[in-house]
Amino acid sequence: MENRHFWQLEVVNLGWLAGILVVLLSLVGMVASFSKRGFISGVMSEGQLLIFLTVALIGFVAAKKMERQSVLKVVLWGGIIGFMAGLSLIVLVLLTGFKPLGLRSMFLNASPRLVKVLTFGKGQGAGFLYLLLLNVLSGIFGGLVAVIPGIWGSALANSSLLTVLIGLLTDIWKTFLPRGIAKFFFANRGFNVTGFLIIFFFILAFLIFWSLYGENVKTGYGRVASRQPKEVKITWWVISLVILLLLPRLVGSYLSEVLDLVGIYIIMGLGLNIVVGFAGLLDLGYVAFFAIGAYTMGVFTSPELGLFHLTFWETLPLSILFAVLAGVLLGIPVLGMRGDYLAIVTMGFGEIIRLLVLSDALKSLLGGAQGLVGIARPVVGHIVVKDPPQFYYLILAGIFIAWYVASALKDSKLGRAWMALREDEDVAQAMGINLVSIKLLAFATGAALSGLSGAIFAAKLNSMVPHSFTILISIYVLSLIIVGGVGSLPGVVVGALALIGTPELLREFAEYRMMIYGAVLVGMMLYKPEGLWPEPARRRELRREEEDESAITIPAQVSMGDEA
Amino acid sequence: MWQKLKSRMTGMTIVMWTIGIVTVGLIIYGSAVTLISGKYTLKQWVDFLIFGLAQGGIYALIALGYTQVYGVLKMINFAHSEVFMSGPMIGYFVATDLYRFNFIDTHPYLSILIVLIVAMFISMSVAVILERIAYRPLRNAPRLVPLITAIGASFFLQYFFKGLFGSNIKVYPDWKIFLGKWVIFGQPILKIQIIVFIAAMLLMAGLFSFMQRTKTGKAIRAVSEDKDAAALMGIDVDHTISFSFALGGIMAGAGGVFYALLYKQVFFLMGFVPGIKAFTAAVLGGIGNVPGAMLGGMFLGLFEALGPNLFLDGLGIPSPYQLKDVIAFSVLVLVLIFRPTGILGERLAKRA
Repeated sequence: MENRHFWQLEVVNLGWLAGILVVLLSLVGMVASFSKRGFISGVMSEGQLLIFLTVALIGFVAAKKMERQSVLKVVLWGGIIGFMAGLSLIVLVLLTGFKPLGLRSMFLNASPRLVKVLTFGKGQGAGFLYLLLLNVLSGIFGGLVAVIPGIWGSALANSSLLTVLIGLLTDIWKTFLPRGIAKFFFANRGFNVTGFLIIFFFILAFLIFWSLYGENVKTGYGRVASRQPKEVKITWWVISLVILLLLPRLVGSYLSEVLDLVGIYIIMGLGLNIVVGFAGLLDLGYVAFFAIGAYTMGVFTSPELGLFHLTFWETLPLSILFAVLAGVLLGIPVLGMRGDYLAIVTMGFGEIIRLLVLSDALKSLLGGAQGLVGIARPVVGHIVVKDPPQFYYLILAGIFIAWYVASALKDSKLGRAWMALREDEDVAQAMGINLVSIKLLAFATGAALSGLSGAIFAAKLNSMVPHSFTILISIYVLSLIIVGGVGSLPGVVVGALALIGTPELLREFAEYRMMIYGAVLVGMMLYKPEGLWPEPARRRELRREEEDESAITIPAQVSMGDEA
Repeated sequence: MWQKLKSRMTGMTIVMWTIGIVTVGLIIYGSAVTLISGKYTLKQWVDFLIFGLAQGGIYALIALGYTQVYGVLKMINFAHSEVFMSGPMIGYFVATDLYRFNFIDTHPYLSILIVLIVAMFISMSVAVILERIAYRPLRNAPRLVPLITAIGASFFLQYFFKGLFGSNIKVYPDWKIFLGKWVIFGQPILKIQIIVFIAAMLLMAGLFSFMQRTKTGKAIRAVSEDKDAAALMGIDVDHTISFSFALGGIMAGAGGVFYALLYKQVFFLMGFVPGIKAFTAAVLGGIGNVPGAMLGGMFLGLFEALGPNLFLDGLGIPSPYQLKDVIAFSVLVLVLIFRPTGILGERLAKRA
């Protein structure tokens, strides 16, 4: 096939891809639901932004794929892709309006609302023109970002993304900023036009300035840091500590609540990171330990059951203890299993725990489907911890403990043994590592942190129902450590902020949370398996493994034969 | 193997055997108490049994998908439960349209055939696309990577279908010919259960002979045996792997329609529990083994249908039916501990 034809074919394929993607985004309901909020007030809603970003992304990919880039070709390709995406949406709008087909009876979201969003509320003629034009422009924009040379291209891309991020989080800025300034930049929902332009160009200018002169600042800082490393490090520590301690005062009650939730997930993430990240044991029943920690707290302190009347601090060690016991109990039968079996069996274990809690058989002990109320609040001195900002400090303390445990274990002999286990079980055993005990220790440590997290969770909610402990929690935690970077401690924090914090702040996202998490898991594994904040060593390993894999298939199979 | 086991975990083995013996003891004791008390009549037992067979047939059909994929890739297709869900979900819309035009009453056999074919086609497409996008690029990646992809794909598909079609439970229309009961050996038995059981058996027989007789079937078996050698013999490995995903998808799609006929309803999370159970069935029969999947499915279906009433009731547990799923999951854990190779197992469930 002639080269030229091949190109033409490829751009058409990408165009179809863009078309299918934007139609699916519309049908799945994301476009209409995101459009409840504006991005630039009166000009573009978040749902429309989603479409244009998708098209721009495909345009970007197309430009990157070209062998010989030229501005003309990039513009042409981006235009074709945008045109095809726009055309697909127009067809969708027309089909939705065609009553005999009954698209609505099948696709919940093929609604008049979607039509209104897609046509900018301008009816079919002008709306279609708008849609087509903006799609074409987005495709071209995406392509141009990819080919503009040097700092300009990357500055343009980054400033677009940062502006989008700032726009999405409008509500947060409004709680921070003084009314006057907020009014200047933001409309009722989203940016106003001036605010958008000022922020976009300010970030663009800053990024360009930074890439031109940033080196000087960096080397200046590096000079200071190398002369007085201790002082600089301590300064950073003090600054971060002060910020962490003042955070709930700064952000108010609602955001403290979000931070609390993120914190609870950070503790869980640090725990699962030990099991999955350090030891390489994929545990999908992790929610079970969380549930056990929470239920221990509930059963021992809730006056409703009247079985025990302990306080929070008396029960906390019990929560951890029971979680550890459960971890060991789960660990024993799965000792010899390999990755995928382990995943399904632990998932089954998580479900068993949930079903047992739900059942009538254990109702008198665990409260059944109605759950438990009146769980004890922690008391520190004379203060009863009950507000989100107060709980923040308790959770922060929990995170510090979990962090300390994880980072201490990581560089210990045990941590090394876990990593050996993760890399190759047989070799680890040959090196004299006792697989049974280190596997059980991994499960137990992970379970302990999860139990701690569960206990705090129960005390924070003051009441709980079994439905809080579904498999989805396990998947959230797994996703956040994968996104952050498997085995990386700062990665857990990054992952938790991104995956747990964002949906709380953007309620529209929350509806599509699991779908996005699923896509993120697949996408991360395909394109960035080391995560956003990877362990340096882990990244090297993953990259190397990929390179070496083709070369070492034969020895791998020989070892398989020996096993059988 | 035994030497290794002995040296590695003597203490553990004792603990595990104790757990096993206690479980078996409890099952026998519970069953004996129930049977002696005569709480259920013979008619009820027959009902449970037939229901178990129908349910087991469905589990077996799904289990075939796990087994097929495990055979060629040595990997558990975590998203297979969503392959199972997608077929009947789309099939629902076809069925309601057929119902609206009164086609189901006038041409019942043709219409069920249409629904079946649509569902099988959709499930097959989902399975093949899944393999192409999510699994093929990662075939040589470290072990955990494709597994995490599969988990991600599974949840993505669930909530993607929720987004497209809504989260409400969709009720399949009735086929009048499948309603009512047949009297067999003096026992009235629900027609639909017998039909589902027989249809599942026929499909599995079809798959089995396909695997044994046709060239493609032979190619799949060759690839499961040894990918590199098969490639040297001129077998297109990628194509064969796609094909085994497709076969698994077809079986799952058919199983999904039977499930919808039996339980009358479909919704986006319907795949989760049957998925784990079918996986249990596949492990029970010996994963990678086609007759094993059938046997395991039947066994699990029966165990689950009879279990709550047979031994949980006897142990004096209130509302034992709530613990039906606990039984299935416990079977999985117990099988993996005591006989990880399954009933007809040929491969090791332990580290390969």
